[in-house]
Amino acid sequence: MAAASDHTVLQFVAPSSTASATNTTVLTARIHPLVIFNVCDCFVRRPDSAERVIGTLLGSILPDGTVDIRNSYAVPHNESSDQVAVDIDYHHNMLASHLKVNPKEIIVGWYSTGAGVNGGSALIHDFYAREVTNPIHLTVDTGFTNGEGTIKAFVSSNLSLGDRQLAAQFQEIPVDLRMVDAERVGFDVLKATAVDKLPNDLEGMELTMERLLTLINDVYKYVDSVVEGQTDPDNNIGRVIADAVASLPKLPPQVFDNLVNDSLQDQLLLLYLSSITRTQLSLAEKLNTAAQML
Amino acid sequence: MATTARSFLQAISKDEVVAPPLRVVQIEGLAVLKIIKHCKEFAPTLVTGQLLGLDVGSVLEVTNCFPFPVRDDDEEIEADGANYQLEMMRCLREVNVDNNTVGWYQSTVLGSYQTLELIETFMNYQENIKRCVCIIYDPSKADLGVLALKALKLSDSFMELYRGGNFTGEKLREKNFSWMDIFEEIPIKVSNSALVSAFMTELETDTPVSQGDYDRLHSSTIPFLENNMEFLIKCMDDLSMEQQKFQYYYRNLSRQQAQQQAWLQKRRTENMARKSAGEEPLPEEDPSNPIFKPIPEPSRLESFLITNQVSNFCGQINGVAGQNFSRLYLTKALHEN
Repeated sequence: MAAASDHTVLQFVAPSSTASATNTTVLTARIHPLVIFNVCDCFVRRPDSAERVIGTLLGSILPDGTVDIRNSYAVPHNESSDQVAVDIDYHHNMLASHLKVNPKEIIVGWYSTGAGVNGGSALIHDFYAREVTNPIHLTVDTGFTNGEGTIKAFVSSNLSLGDRQLAAQFQEIPVDLRMVDAERVGFDVLKATAVDKLPNDLEGMELTMERLLTLINDVYKYVDSVVEGQTDPDNNIGRVIADAVASLPKLPPQVFDNLVNDSLQDQLLLLYLSSITRTQLSLAEKLNTAAQML
Repeated sequence: MATTARSFLQAISKDEVVAPPLRVVQIEGLAVLKIIKHCKEFAPTLVTGQLLGLDVGSVLEVTNCFPFPVRDDDEEIEADGANYQLEMMRCLREVNVDNNTVGWYQSTVLGSYQTLELIETFMNYQENIKRCVCIIYDPSKADLGVLALKALKLSDSFMELYRGGNFTGEKLREKNFSWMDIFEEIPIKVSNSALVSAFMTELETDTPVSQGDYDRLHSSTIPFLENNMEFLIKCMDDLSMEQQKFQYYYRNLSRQQAQQQAWLQKRRTENMARKSAGEEPLPEEDPSNPIFKPIPEPSRLESFLITNQVSNFCGQINGVAGQNFSRLYLTKALHEN
């Protein structure tokens, strides 16, 4: 197990150390929605005594220097005013288990709940800095202290005078919160505290069409208001609309009709085939079970 | 160890009261995302994992899950896998995650999950936990903008039959059992903690178009349909093979019966002759004769499963074709505008 983590650490050193040494590339962190869910879940399930929860972030570093945070797990810890105890055994066990499933996901940093960085954070960060070079520290404000759930990512750099280390400085780095994966599942499902039914394919289609319709209506309204002089024309928006209209392939009506009709026929054929198969199935079943010798 | 002891205790306590039937699977958004992530990252390899949660009356709550490493048939690795499972459960318990096993999840290709293997796994789980469920996720459908998540269990009548181990026509007729009665689909509810809900509301982008919309409007479903048809054809072939097996069996059976009749006829005339001659009649049955050996009836389970798959493919084709219709009319309307 130790060998495995050593190994991953070695792999990790090269790109990030150069990045931090040259300091030319600005690191960004991209977060998978699962991480947020995991952090929230851990926070909800924290022990009574704990003020905050911490955990390890797993993921990978993309070639362009973006840190892709894809997974996480909580690590039990104890915090008092001047010292922090992290369950290192637990951390290593869990890491080994995760590596078994997905060896490509390595440690990229750690998370904690709460509004920002405090004294204990520096100590924990030191610990993770021994595991990987230049770890990322992600804070998720589960207390909604400013009235919003702030998610921030930091990297730390050491301030030293000669050989003496003075302090650790946490530097905020941009976080990419575009959650394509969450969108795939649908925010409607993930947002509500209880959803009775998962949307099936046709309902989803209907919703999408409605959205498209409202979008088109919006564009119409905008164009009309510009034409009537109520709104100031904006060249950029105009170009975007023109592009969108131009993206429809220009086909003669005859050709287009043929195209649509052909596809319709194909689909109908498939429907017919599948219905006939179903009929066949129920028929076969009746015959099979009814077939009685003697 | 403690976990098994606990689940035993639960199993015992549950035996005493008659458990109400399982109606709903309530799954946390966290578990949904974990399942999707695991299945998608390894697609097209099929993966499995364990579901953790609580059994509350007629609702089965799935609050967390963890993935299994990709399995090899090596025995050593299998033992390793069991260790991994225990280790993972122990670790998760330490951070207060519910650690009762309530079933497992697995990915599938085009919904072809109705296999003997699934049934065997289910029976294995069922032995230890009274109530378990299998969640199926289909990554190939995700590209069409569909959240293809399904919760399944084997029906009670099927389990009874399976334990008995005979799927002869007579038994099935007796129970009035058809291929539709093997699997029961349980409706899925998704729940999220208030905290998660708050974060997601915060993080939801303002753009009126989401990735799901793009996926849904993307008009190329041809590969999906093609694959579906291919699978369908393959299944039909399998089904006809099974049918042939039955035909063969029936032919053999009727031939055997004809032979038996002929033999009996012969024996009777012989006995008549003996009677008239004043001799003892010969017995009318002869177990040593090969024509009295019963021919084993082939199991119908296989053909039932195939039928299930075929109907599943038909359903998928119907669904996608329906989507395509609306898409085509949409394109048409757009074009006319």
